[in-house]
Amino acid sequence: MSRASIAIVGAAETTRMGKVPELSQTGLHADAALNAMAECGLTPADIDGVATGGHDVAEICQYLGITPTWYDGTSVGGCSFITLVRHAAAAIQTGLCRTVLITHGESGRSNNRNHRPIFPSMQQQEFESIYGPLFPPSRFTLPVMRKMKDDGLTEEQLAMVAVVQREWAAFHPRATMRDPITVDDVLNSKMIAYPFRLMMCCLVSDGGGALILTSADRAKDFATKPVYLRGMGGESAEGPMISQMESFTSSKAFRVSGKQAFDSAGITHSDVDHLMIYDAFAHLPIYGLEDLGFVKPGEGGAFIAEGNTRPGGKLPLNTNGGGLSYMHSGMYGMYALQEGVRQMRGVSPAQVQDAKLSVVHGVGGMFSAAATVVLTTENQW
Amino acid sequence: MADRPLPTIYPETQFYWDGAAEGRLLLNACTSCDGKAYFPPRPFCPTCGSRDVTVIEASGKGRLYSYIINHLPAPGYEPPFTVAVVMLDEGVKMVANILDCPAEPEALVIDMPLEVTFETRGDMKIPQFKPAGGPSA
Repeated sequence: MSRASIAIVGAAETTRMGKVPELSQTGLHADAALNAMAECGLTPADIDGVATGGHDVAEICQYLGITPTWYDGTSVGGCSFITLVRHAAAAIQTGLCRTVLITHGESGRSNNRNHRPIFPSMQQQEFESIYGPLFPPSRFTLPVMRKMKDDGLTEEQLAMVAVVQREWAAFHPRATMRDPITVDDVLNSKMIAYPFRLMMCCLVSDGGGALILTSADRAKDFATKPVYLRGMGGESAEGPMISQMESFTSSKAFRVSGKQAFDSAGITHSDVDHLMIYDAFAHLPIYGLEDLGFVKPGEGGAFIAEGNTRPGGKLPLNTNGGGLSYMHSGMYGMYALQEGVRQMRGVSPAQVQDAKLSVVHGVGGMFSAAATVVLTTENQW
Repeated sequence: MADRPLPTIYPETQFYWDGAAEGRLLLNACTSCDGKAYFPPRPFCPTCGSRDVTVIEASGKGRLYSYIINHLPAPGYEPPFTVAVVMLDEGVKMVANILDCPAEPEALVIDMPLEVTFETRGDMKIPQFKPAGGPSA
């Protein structure tokens, strides 16, 4: 029997999401942090650990009036916040701090900020950008034609990812896009980077989110329903030059991170009630399902197209509608975590009945990094 | 093509761009790994960590490994244009545009043979690829 050592006791998104022109990026961090502290009855004086990605962690400390004994500014893109959950867990376990606040804020749409969230890569700029793939839709998609040739992945299967996620988004009042769509709608939407159409690409939003973690034995001190970390999760990195991925049909970072998380939690795929896979573009849930081992290599597209991940399907996936329909600030990983927490608290507008275990997996950059955590309602197993 | 972006060159990659200026595609290769080529350039082998590396001239032949047809803007480019990943015969992958070939799925067949060519940008030459055996129809 294992006992949980780390609990998430606070979790909140910004008060508003989508278009939030009245807040700066720092302000979005703060709004989410204040919401998370309020729901579990904490003030900045109670926080001794602070972590964020894509923003100077010291500025977040100063802006919120926190004097930390531990901080972490890991910035590898959108999965940074998933990575930071496991870094925070390690810090709490080793006594570096007791109560960690992880914040995310991003003015992706209104651009009320002075920097982009990911470090520019010297080699990516020297050997890839000069050929014109300047934006995520024309970089992140580069391996997909190879996967279509090798695995038989089809444009219709890619379109179905967007269709199914829109079905989930319809449950969420806060989702940006909620109206049903068809495969034809997706395939007839504006061409962005063949074979990718507009509806296969994520939204661009303003928003933020925050989590508060502490040791599991303190969880009873809080009014919120605790969500426990099972195992210590996983992380890995392959690097920012997408052309140098070892394989174009599978992400090494996904495989390493996922295996680490599953092994650490001591779970098998049949234990998973609910799954979040960061979807900046429609191919990511397909790579994720395969690389996390839920399906065999090459079977991810058909698995989604056959309806296995839609409402009522056997593996509820991206139940907030994902980056394609819920929101996507630029570093979406925090919102995948928030939906995982909502599902474990039993309060998601798209609640999966009796869900006890959620896997949250994210990508950082463009197949550059990955992180995975396992959340559960149970404090022992 | 002058307004297309130019690479920022660093000491470790100067030889690559000097080679391109002479119409040669140069790669690093690792002596300890039986002469295995790697990309992008760096003064050590990313497989084994050895600093015992050399510079070789690539054959300039490869195949279309993957691509997108980019409809988004880029300085000096007129969308749509092809952004490809080329698998060189030496076993390394690199990004290039596919010149002398329509930016259309019908003309861009995965695994079709390609050969290197060089695009003039300002004072520089940029390695590019085109269908092997001349322009397509």
